[in-house]
Amino acid sequence: MIGLTHYLIVAAALFCIGAYGVVVKKNAIAVMMGLEFMLNAININLVAFNHFLHPNLVLGQVFAMFIVGIAAAEVALGLAIILSLYRQRHSIAVDEMDILKW
Amino acid sequence: MIIIFYLFSFLLLAFALGTVLSKNLVHSALLMIGSFFAVAGLYILLQAEFLAMVQILVYVGAIAVLVVFGVMLTRKGSVKDSNLPNRYKKVGALSAVIFFALLVRSIINTSFPAPSSPVVGANTIIQIAQTLLTQYAVAFEALGVLLLVAIIGAIIIGKETK
Repeated sequence: MIGLTHYLIVAAALFCIGAYGVVVKKNAIAVMMGLEFMLNAININLVAFNHFLHPNLVLGQVFAMFIVGIAAAEVALGLAIILSLYRQRHSIAVDEMDILKW
Repeated sequence: MIIIFYLFSFLLLAFALGTVLSKNLVHSALLMIGSFFAVAGLYILLQAEFLAMVQILVYVGAIAVLVVFGVMLTRKGSVKDSNLPNRYKKVGALSAVIFFALLVRSIINTSFPAPSSPVVGANTIIQIAQTLLTQYAVAFEALGVLLLVAIIGAIIIGKETK
């Protein structure tokens, strides 16, 4: 029988894969892909809790939908920033972004 | 039910691992689209059909296309080595594995309460619509405004400045 624990472990694994991508990737777009995985892991958690603990409410799904909307806004802005950085520095490697370093 | 869950979970984690391990950014983007489909499959297993459709429309349809678009716009040099890890590869992998072990430990040791009420199997779309447009109407409208602001901001940041 597949219970809440199974879904939580899958979501935890996805979250850690996303965190790994955010930490070790050079390319700014790959870092954003890692962020998307982390947001998706959170959404799986919310929907699983909704389904297994309060099946008569839909609050978990509604909250997940808000996260999806905010993820869309984040990707649009993030890619615009990456594009603008590429125009200025001809590179999107995050370890070369040191304009603010003293 | 059980086989489908393990199939979707395996696909999801395999695609996600492929995305972060691939050295080719285009392959990463395509594998990411596959993993979003697997997440939609898990949503369907959790009886969140509407959210599964939202996932496919927004993530696969909009976010993934936007990411591929960004890959195409910022590509320089060889695609084969477009997605290399930085010098924290081993430390990052180690800390991710340790964090995962900690999460699994705490998840397994937690006893979750029983469901508050039996599953009614009602039409969730009607419930979602009622919740979004009555209880959370203000937040819903604020999300719309946030998306509008994000679009305008993206255009202003992304436009060519001469």
